[in-house]
Amino acid sequence: MAVVEQENPLVEGLERLPVHPTTLVIFGGTGDLAQRKLLPAIYNLAHEGALPERFNLIAISRSGMSDEEYRNMARESIQQHSRRPPDEQVLEKLLEQVRYVAGSFDDDAVFDRLHEELGKFDEAAEIAFNRIFYLSTAPSFFALIVGKLGEHELHQHGDADVRVVIEKPFGARLAEAQALNRQVLSVLNESQVYRIDHYLGKETVQNVLAFRFANGMFEPIWNRNFIDYVQITASEDLGIGRRAGYYDSSGALRDLVQNHMLQLLSLLCMEPPVTFDADEVRDEKVKVLHAVAPPVRDAVVRARYTAGMAEGKEAGSYLDEEGVPPDSETETYVALRLEVDNWRWAGVPIYLRTGKRLARKITEIAVTLKPVPHLAFQAEGSVGVQPNQLILTVQPNEGVSLSLGAKIPGTRMRIRPVNMEFLYGTSFLSQSPEAYERLIMDAMRGDATLFTRDDEVEAQWRIIDPILESWEQDDTPLDEYPAGSPGPEEANRILAPGHRWRAI
Amino acid sequence: MPRTAPEVPDAGAVWSAQDTTPSDIEEALRHLLQEQHAREDAHAPARVLNLVVVVDREWRGEIMNRLEQVGRYHASRTILCSVEPGRDTIDASVVMTVAGDPRPGELMMTRERVILEVGEKHLAQLDTIVDPLVVTDLPTLVWAPHGHPEAVDALLQMSQVVLIDSINEPDAMSALRRAKQLAEGAYVVDLAWLRTTPWRERVAATFDPPRWREELLRIDSVTVRHRPDSGVGGVLFFGWLASRLGWGGGALMPVNGSVRGRAHGHRDDVSLALEPDVSQTVPGLAGVEIGTSSGMTISLDRGPGGLIARRRDRKGREQSWTVLGASRGEGGILGEGIRQALLRDPAYRRALDCGEALIR
Repeated sequence: MAVVEQENPLVEGLERLPVHPTTLVIFGGTGDLAQRKLLPAIYNLAHEGALPERFNLIAISRSGMSDEEYRNMARESIQQHSRRPPDEQVLEKLLEQVRYVAGSFDDDAVFDRLHEELGKFDEAAEIAFNRIFYLSTAPSFFALIVGKLGEHELHQHGDADVRVVIEKPFGARLAEAQALNRQVLSVLNESQVYRIDHYLGKETVQNVLAFRFANGMFEPIWNRNFIDYVQITASEDLGIGRRAGYYDSSGALRDLVQNHMLQLLSLLCMEPPVTFDADEVRDEKVKVLHAVAPPVRDAVVRARYTAGMAEGKEAGSYLDEEGVPPDSETETYVALRLEVDNWRWAGVPIYLRTGKRLARKITEIAVTLKPVPHLAFQAEGSVGVQPNQLILTVQPNEGVSLSLGAKIPGTRMRIRPVNMEFLYGTSFLSQSPEAYERLIMDAMRGDATLFTRDDEVEAQWRIIDPILESWEQDDTPLDEYPAGSPGPEEANRILAPGHRWRAI
Repeated sequence: MPRTAPEVPDAGAVWSAQDTTPSDIEEALRHLLQEQHAREDAHAPARVLNLVVVVDREWRGEIMNRLEQVGRYHASRTILCSVEPGRDTIDASVVMTVAGDPRPGELMMTRERVILEVGEKHLAQLDTIVDPLVVTDLPTLVWAPHGHPEAVDALLQMSQVVLIDSINEPDAMSALRRAKQLAEGAYVVDLAWLRTTPWRERVAATFDPPRWREELLRIDSVTVRHRPDSGVGGVLFFGWLASRLGWGGGALMPVNGSVRGRAHGHRDDVSLALEPDVSQTVPGLAGVEIGTSSGMTISLDRGPGGLIARRRDRKGREQSWTVLGASRGEGGILGEGIRQALLRDPAYRRALDCGEALIR
């Protein structure tokens, strides 16, 4: 029967498709990301029966500890951070398949030991497990680890697949990203490289694609003829906490705009892909990024929060935060105006803004349509008439709302905006999986759709790099905004006449 | 750490009446929703699924408890029809519930629960009572765990999905026939089928690597162990394999407490066996063993933390490992049944047809 030779006839109708037996190796296995996100995500996949039929985990880190000590640490992390209370039996069985390798990433002995542990799993099962190397380390180790994998011939494994997941940030400047790509791709094929941006693992981000391409009503108006402007906002009410070491060298532009917000922009503006294959989707996203010119100097505002009130309490300034150097020039807020120079979008301003210690935590895309050409009701005092706005909220109340003008009940023809709302939470029974669960499974399945390709990450940096360069040459003091406010007044400067920021 | 928030009644949104009518109940629902929104505009009514449940009055509490245990898979409006012999009038109560544990700035989802006290005389026209109470344009799922086929038949007119548990029928043959009959008018979600899902997923995964996939053609024996009341799950499992692998019909016959028979495979006949396992305490399958003519045997059995898989090759070498996964429990199975009402599984109907052909 030919069908048996070509495909597995038993998978039809199954929600969870089989995944080849896999060994996952986490570099940085004792780090914050591993403990808070990766280990709980792996546990939840195990709980749901979603992991491959056979699954092993090897953690590598500098801390000296035994397998058993690492298992104890992993158990505690999972118990503390899992989105569901762990089932003790599942957890114990999962931990039985966990090994720990201690040592530094530049030590050849670590890779020899890794080679040995991987081989033991293969030999015991008499199969070649797929191998996923997850680089959950400081960015400075990415190239080193990939190089060592190549030197120790761990970058390939017979007929089994080898993939490398690389955490963000992928470079801190364009030249760094290009150099890192060169180093990584001197060892691996691009098809083996999974640059992770966990934002893309969020259901509501993926829903931007479903919303655009599964509904015929939006496509006719999704262009410069009907859309006046777009705002993408990612605001946070919290400060930087104890992340000064990372944040002060990164800043708002690198932390959120270079990756997450440009991803949202790409998804919003891309042309419909022919299929939802990884490269088809990423081809279209890259085309959008190529059409975005770096913003001119006047189209960018950077600022830093000063003391204020947040969540009803006094909040200190950025410079008062623990670990921030007193002479820091790092921005905690950035707003920019971009344009996508292609037939669909030319002339439509796309405003991006993100910041810490703002009035509210919200991530949303607001698409404002052009106003109606003639308002017959104006004489009747229709002060409330506003252009229609379509809001895609990524968090916290995930959903889509459309503002429409409606008649106020009464004898006069007076109009005010009302909202038509779709809320994710009220319309689906299922809870969205954590982004890392989705992305780890995709990496194990070999589906790179939600990961960033080499040319994509470089195209992102081509937009961001000139901004950083201009800031380096700019001695003008940063603008400021009080903690707990909607951001700096200066952000209004980049808006075109008639445009305004949505309230945060 | 996000957890599933418990459902709690909204104290300000309760209504009840005796000897009432569907239009009065519908009006009460509308008023309660308006009042709730006026009182707390952060409340947002869930709009996913109507669930109509028909139960014997004396077992009403047990079914309500089961519905409480479905985790996050609550229908947005539940209409529970409690059947009391001899009753002539309709009593009703409406409770709005809120998914508790609100967080500042976030919406709180609300759901509606309607309890109708009806008599047997109402069952043949139950649709005329329930139809005004469902949320228009949402799918409606009907579940009658205590039988009441006349009520289910009446409700089929207005529903899109029927939830059944084939192990509740007296035998596998009548279970499959009833499921097929219902499937003519609605999409059927069968809890007996859903209990086989992990077993089907694992068997599919076992034969997924190309080197093992060829063994699918060589399967010559399948044995399924099951709780004594869950034989129909085994028949559906056989039906699934037969439909996916193109096996021709055979015959399953009772033999000394078990059920045995053959199906016609592509190369050889496949011997099939259903063996009751009295040590199995929860409904569903207890184990599966598949043998091939090349001498390979794979088996799956329940174990701590998942299913214990064993593979034995023709030389008698054996490997064993645990396929990880937590037991969903009967509450989880029911929740899965409610979730499946919004999906479509093309494999069930084919498994049903092939399963019926095996025991005809």
